[in-house]
Amino acid sequence: MSAIIDVLQSIIPSAFMFATPLIFTALGGVLSERSGIINIGLEGLMIMGAFVGVIVNLELYNILGSSLTPWVSILIAAIVGALFASLHAIATVTFRADQVVSGVAINFLALGIGLFLIKQIYGKGQTDMVQGMLRSTDIPLLSDIPIIGPIFFENTYYTNWIAVILAFVVWYVIFKTPFGLRLRSVGEHPFAADSVGINVNRMRYIAVMLSGFFGGAGGAIFALTFAGNFYQGTISGQGFIALAAVVFGKWHPIGALGAALFFGVAQSLSVIGSGIPLLQNIPSVYLQIAPYVLTILALVGLVGRAEAPKSLGTPFVKGSR
Amino acid sequence: MKLQKLTGVWIPLVSIFFGLLAGAIIMLLFGYNPVAGYIALWNGAFEEPYYTGETIRLITPYILSGLAVAFAFRTGLLNIGVEGQVLVGWLASVWIGLAFNLPMIIHLPLAIIAAIIAGGLWGFIPGYLKAKFHVHEVIITIMMNYVALYSVNAIIRNVLTDGSERTEHVAETASLKVEWLTQLMPNSNVHAGIILAVGAALFYWYFIEKTKYGFELKAVGYNSYASEYAGMSVKRNIMVSMAISGGFAGLAGAMEGIGNFGYMTLNNGFTNIGFDGIAIALLGGNTAVGVVMAAGLFGVLKNGALNMPLSAGVPHELVDIITALIIFFVAASYMIILFREKLTNIFNNVKTKLQKGRGK
Repeated sequence: MSAIIDVLQSIIPSAFMFATPLIFTALGGVLSERSGIINIGLEGLMIMGAFVGVIVNLELYNILGSSLTPWVSILIAAIVGALFASLHAIATVTFRADQVVSGVAINFLALGIGLFLIKQIYGKGQTDMVQGMLRSTDIPLLSDIPIIGPIFFENTYYTNWIAVILAFVVWYVIFKTPFGLRLRSVGEHPFAADSVGINVNRMRYIAVMLSGFFGGAGGAIFALTFAGNFYQGTISGQGFIALAAVVFGKWHPIGALGAALFFGVAQSLSVIGSGIPLLQNIPSVYLQIAPYVLTILALVGLVGRAEAPKSLGTPFVKGSR
Repeated sequence: MKLQKLTGVWIPLVSIFFGLLAGAIIMLLFGYNPVAGYIALWNGAFEEPYYTGETIRLITPYILSGLAVAFAFRTGLLNIGVEGQVLVGWLASVWIGLAFNLPMIIHLPLAIIAAIIAGGLWGFIPGYLKAKFHVHEVIITIMMNYVALYSVNAIIRNVLTDGSERTEHVAETASLKVEWLTQLMPNSNVHAGIILAVGAALFYWYFIEKTKYGFELKAVGYNSYASEYAGMSVKRNIMVSMAISGGFAGLAGAMEGIGNFGYMTLNNGFTNIGFDGIAIALLGGNTAVGVVMAAGLFGVLKNGALNMPLSAGVPHELVDIITALIIFFVAASYMIILFREKLTNIFNNVKTKLQKGRGK
């Protein structure tokens, strides 16, 4: 029994750590795609977030100190992420660009801008390590609960729990508020939404910019939890895993939360699995590819069919119907 | 999907112009001289035979990845999976290059064909899933990219080597390096693959424009319902199209495997050959000639950029911003169309006002 708890105590906190940036970003993806805009650019939004988060952290640490810096960095990264995502909105909503291609451009643009400015500001290809990393703590009271406490609330990050709460908030907003109803209607049947007076394009702008807000936060959290600096490979594929979480979670906030947690477990196992007796003999490559293979299976329908919002990927042209 | 319709020549040209203009503005904003910057770029691409060789070396896989994306576009499919298909093609070519001891006339074609088949299979899987289960190929191909990335790394580490980061060099008999090209452009990694790439472009043109299969594939891309009604098998065409698209991508991988490098290393991330291929296909309007020219532009920009920090002090990442913006402009071609309409409106207004003025 205690062996199992030990194993859980080593897997779950690290899985949670891996999952948190994915949860943030995937929630952004859910919002965008629910409004009918495909967001392949999640990777780029995370890159932008990581870049801004690291720069702000480096520049403001001396002013803000160690407790405030990471939070301010994340917030500014999220705001810049939202502004950056508005490019995707302008291209896809106003100028009816192909949403996938625009997303690909976002990914390139984010990396290009990030690396160009890093060279400009610091004169080298990567930044120094930040001082204001997010730090793990024991959550008061909750960490004293026997068994559950040490597994979930000891040595954990506040961002983990913010992510979980946020997933429920997004769920509430999407499914229980008028705003959410409008958002979904715009993604499912924009013409019907338009006919009852909903401003389709405005809703889509809001949704895409929210996805930038969350994606930027996710990228910053990733950078300030793991990498600690910004370079070409700080974000390498996390955005695409988040996208997988959106699909695997069937475009549902709680589903995305579950999928992101699951992918977090897979990632953490592929890193620390060699230390766990049962998993020692499984080559780590199987755990590495597990999230992707499972997403494919989910789409094919073996893990329950995933149904995208009906108007996903189609620009809304008023009066074209 | 409206992607097939972007064949007008002026949208890509305007996009390139805007992209370069944006690059110049960025250089000005950061206190560089844009003229010096672009001259450095041009010199970096062509000044010496070595640079030219490297530019051609870079153009080679770009042509093929562009053709791969363009081929799928023609059938109304977006193959984001070129990255993964490049990796498996690269692996297959190196694997064959290492495993056998054969005369060149058999060994080299075998390595190339293996790469095409590997890439083709990797493309066929999403095609099959799309045809069979109606799942969107974009998500599947993205996922397949990562499966390829990690699987290929695992194979390099565990099968091709004994836990090493890099494979051995492929046998001479499987290498695309040829004496006269290397002498023409000394020290560069130029290789005979450029001939294959141009040949592939010719094949693409012939297949799409001149054969019945090409016509069917295009027809399915334009209107799958009408094609179905005319007796074509949409499902089969989707699978064939993705497999052929993957084949082009696999060949692009062989260019890196037995051409440029001659070996394969563990990859931490993607080569970006495939993602750039999307831009190249779009810019080239999905035609063979367009893709070759767009690949040329990308090769020149990316290789020339490496000279910009040395000669003009401009970070070479500027070119990544420029190419990203070019993709944006091509994708949002509606913006350019609106812009043109505005311009013609203003022009017409001025004209009518002038005429009115004359009438009075």
